[in-house]
Amino acid sequence: MSNVLAYGDDALVTAQRLAQWTSRAHDLEEDIALTNIALDQLGAARMLLTYAGEADGRTEDDLAYLREDREFRNCLLVELPNGDFAFTIAKLLFLAAYQHPLYDALRDGEDERLAAIAGKTVKESAYHLDHAAQWTVRLGDGTEESHRRMQNAVDELYPYTHELFELAPSLRGTWDSTVDAVLAEATLTRPADGWKPTGGRQGVHTEHLSYLIAELQVLHRAHPGAQW
Amino acid sequence: MLWEVFIRPRRGLSHTHVGSLHAPDAEMALRNARDVYTRRQEGVSIWVIPASAISASSPDEKDSFFDPAADKVYRHPTFYEVPEGAAHI
Repeated sequence: MSNVLAYGDDALVTAQRLAQWTSRAHDLEEDIALTNIALDQLGAARMLLTYAGEADGRTEDDLAYLREDREFRNCLLVELPNGDFAFTIAKLLFLAAYQHPLYDALRDGEDERLAAIAGKTVKESAYHLDHAAQWTVRLGDGTEESHRRMQNAVDELYPYTHELFELAPSLRGTWDSTVDAVLAEATLTRPADGWKPTGGRQGVHTEHLSYLIAELQVLHRAHPGAQW
Repeated sequence: MLWEVFIRPRRGLSHTHVGSLHAPDAEMALRNARDVYTRRQEGVSIWVIPASAISASSPDEKDSFFDPAADKVYRHPTFYEVPEGAAHI
């Protein structure tokens, strides 16, 4: 069950980060694309957190709005700030290359409730992966400047991807082949394994999560139970 | 680059122009069209065409293009007796 909470928190924090792009993308089309993906992630978060909370009688709102940062179980990758567009795309690529095979595997799992949720989210994550891959190729194999920024994003974020496989070691091979194929087409290189930051699954986060949660929770904490 | 977007709402209907969008190439145009124009299940198929590839009639030619048809009533199939029992006409 703690895994369900981790999957839900990954989706919730991703949704909140991508929502920060609203009205700020380089054109209306990308603005809507990123917001669509944010809403997909929020939809997944709601289903997963609702399920995770049933074990101890907490609602999705209790989990989203009334936990402290130490109680969140999301991986560090998703809580990192958006950075520039290349950074956001690299984050999404690395996450979607993990979420898609994860949901695909959960579809056939023993937990029927989780399988039903994954059956819906797997289609959405396929699109997230496609969107991130399309942009990675265009930025990587684009101009000198876009290549520099995309490679920089890959280099900065790659260390955080090791944590993804703590809960699902079997997905590593699929992730490697997916990401390597995209990076190769994008004329980018995957850095060598080195630093492997971790702690998110135990609730030990970067300083960025507190700020994200403060913004996420401020309205609910000021007006408990607010509805609109 | 500007693209014109055509969506087929469902099987059996033809693609209809729904609007335009910006995208760097055809693949991204298709994806952008999916995001911008099919958020509410508006379609089952999308076409995108570079706006520059469309040859359009000019508003200046409106008179010579379209007005002559106005007084040619014989082009409408209204001069025929509809046979008894012919349905769907």
